[in-house]
Amino acid sequence: MDMRTPLAQARGLGPAKSGGTSHWWAQRLTSLALVPLMLWFVVAVISLIGADHGAFVAWVSEPGTLLLLVLTIISLFYHLDQGMQVVVEDYIHGEAAKLTVLIAVKGFSYIGGIASLLAVLRVAFGS
Amino acid sequence: MSTDNTPQGIKNARPLSPHLQIYARQITSVLSILHRLMGIALSLGTVFLVYWLSAAAYGPEAFGRAQEFMGSWFGQLVLLGMTFALFYHLANGVRHLFWDAGIGFELPMLRATGIIVVVSSLGLTALTWIVAYLRAGIL
Repeated sequence: MDMRTPLAQARGLGPAKSGGTSHWWAQRLTSLALVPLMLWFVVAVISLIGADHGAFVAWVSEPGTLLLLVLTIISLFYHLDQGMQVVVEDYIHGEAAKLTVLIAVKGFSYIGGIASLLAVLRVAFGS
Repeated sequence: MSTDNTPQGIKNARPLSPHLQIYARQITSVLSILHRLMGIALSLGTVFLVYWLSAAAYGPEAFGRAQEFMGSWFGQLVLLGMTFALFYHLANGVRHLFWDAGIGFELPMLRATGIIVVVSSLGLTALTWIVAYLRAGIL
């Protein structure tokens, strides 16, 4: 028998967890940033069809390109991480399974994001 | 429906929605589900982005292989799927941003913007591939 009020039971769980508002807000900010960034990226990828390594290095090394690439990678993987977190929290209910998949999602997005950042920086600044 | 009026009984009798077996599909619900599916597909697809960028960091041979792989029929199939998923998620994402601002909730408007999302994502996908094939000299 739980003597706590329904409000007390709900506090700290689900949407009442701390950080819900900032999660929501950050996801909106990254969506907004990704609209122009992804449109730019699609055009960029088309321009790189058939490009050899030299052409790719020259493109990444332009200051504007590098800035946009870094912004795209950070927004993209942050947005991906937050979106996948919501999907996992919505559909996986067992606490152990949820935690396992959440850790896997975090690993995927952080490794992917950092690997992409290191790759473009290495291409731009040489090894 | 249960007539059990204990707190547990009331909790059990709460309607569950949507009940997928009898839930009538509507453009609003289908597009909403697609938004998530495309988001998940795009997330998984970033594996190819990471591969492509990392290959460039490894050097000319690795990048050449990556370019060749992305240009193969399988690579192109992946990119075609990613192109549609991206434009769909982007267009419907803009629709979501308008909702977040409190705009566009009326049913006729919801249907109209839904149709705009489908048509524009298909159109942008076609446009992207026409430009890409022209650029590659295939068209």
